[in-house]
Amino acid sequence: MALYSDKVMDHFRNPRNVGVISDADGVGEVGNAKCGDIMKIYLKIEDGVIVDVKFETFGCGSAIASSSMATELIKGKPVADALALTNKAVAEALDGLPAYKMHCSVLAEEAIKKALLDYYTKNDIPYDATVFADLDDCCHDD
Amino acid sequence: MIYLDNAATTKTSDVAIRAMLPYLSQVYGNPSSLHSAGQRAAEALEEARARVGACIGAAPGEIYFVSGGSEADNQAVLTAAALGRRKGKKHIVSTAIEHHAVLHALQKLQKEGFDVTLVGVGADGVIRAEDVERAIRPDTVLVSVMAANNEIGTLQPIGDVGRICRERGILFHTDAVQAAGHIPLDVRAQNIDMLSISAHKFGGPKGAGVLYARKGVPLYTLIEGGAQERGKRAGTQNVAAIMGMAAALEEACSTMQATAIRVAALRDRLIEGILAIPHSALNGDAHRRLPGNANFCFEGIEGESLLLLLDDKGIAASSGSACTSGSLDPSHVLLAIGRVHDVAHGSLRLTLSNETTAADVDYTVAAVREVVAYLRNMSPIWRDLQEGKRQFIL
Repeated sequence: MALYSDKVMDHFRNPRNVGVISDADGVGEVGNAKCGDIMKIYLKIEDGVIVDVKFETFGCGSAIASSSMATELIKGKPVADALALTNKAVAEALDGLPAYKMHCSVLAEEAIKKALLDYYTKNDIPYDATVFADLDDCCHDD
Repeated sequence: MIYLDNAATTKTSDVAIRAMLPYLSQVYGNPSSLHSAGQRAAEALEEARARVGACIGAAPGEIYFVSGGSEADNQAVLTAAALGRRKGKKHIVSTAIEHHAVLHALQKLQKEGFDVTLVGVGADGVIRAEDVERAIRPDTVLVSVMAANNEIGTLQPIGDVGRICRERGILFHTDAVQAAGHIPLDVRAQNIDMLSISAHKFGGPKGAGVLYARKGVPLYTLIEGGAQERGKRAGTQNVAAIMGMAAALEEACSTMQATAIRVAALRDRLIEGILAIPHSALNGDAHRRLPGNANFCFEGIEGESLLLLLDDKGIAASSGSACTSGSLDPSHVLLAIGRVHDVAHGSLRLTLSNETTAADVDYTVAAVREVVAYLRNMSPIWRDLQEGKRQFIL
């Protein structure tokens, strides 16, 4: 199908890092079933580095591909890098997404941010609240 | 490829292709031209008109060739609107499960001051003629009820609705795009005033269709600019496509009964196989449906990813998921039969043809089972359902 780039299809067909981390240091879930997509990210963090990351996604092909690509982009990286990951970077790494699917890359960015917020909160680590200001559970249409 | 998207379009039948070719290579005259080359095309067109009419019990003069189902639906709705404006009747009754070609045309009329009542359906996806009767008012100018639903294949009681409308002198239109060539239609017996047909749903080519309008119905002209189709549809007729349509419809109608029995048996085999998947459900009544239509919901997965993975396995299917349409909401038909958003996103439509085999069905059942299990395994909703954090809907 020409709807998606080869990279999207590769990450959709062979998603990286699918699964659960039972003793995760941070977990973030965004989206809702009503809108047709939910993304859940599990992070394992040691010495400020993301040593492992897993995801579960309910959603369309681009939602699964975006989750997969986002986990690849942050695995082995310092927390600060993960925090700076933008949806644009996820979409670009996938060689682009159709305009009406850009939302999927936003979900990936937000799921990671939410997992990091969970990590900070659990470990009483001070954080810059403005970074998480835009996080919400809402879907495309409010 | 196992093609199970025959409600979207069908393979052009051999008989249609054979019927079309002479009108591309030899009889290419414009049917409006006076010379012999044109008149040969005009004669063919009139012959096709009679043949198409015969398939639905209509006279040749009641058949108007148009570009397809959407145009026919729009013209039918706007015909009623023009009549309603003249008579001061500005109420239209239709159903919540119509094709968007009808629903969006009605929405446009609502903005222009018309009042529209959409009759709802129960979980079986079948409207009740009594509900239509109850919705009719003194100022009702049109009732439009589809013959068979395009998503869930449910057959609607158009004979009953037609009788009710005729008794009250109200125009009755039926969108028979999915029905024509698949189930019997008789515009006289069913009291139908206007009926829409699309050629490519029964083995004809794309870009051709029919609006039947009973003699005496004052058709509104959608496309101006010529005297074609008795002044009701300007534009040079697509002669080759119309010849293909006539041939395909005749073939479909002459083999209808045998095809329906054979295809319905395969459909039931498919339904039985797929419903063995836990937390799945059939959409629409199991029996009052088109012979070739099966439509399911699966809990915990989303339809677009299901379609993409089935495509990888060589199966062409369709879904009512929002993601496949580019819109935010899942299918209005699935919502109308009471499916909540959560499961409506995980829908799958499989529509069979006379070329579908039992082996195709068995392969498809196995593939769907595998793909659904795979997607559920990576779904956070499915995990929540398994762990009791969320209640099963199906």
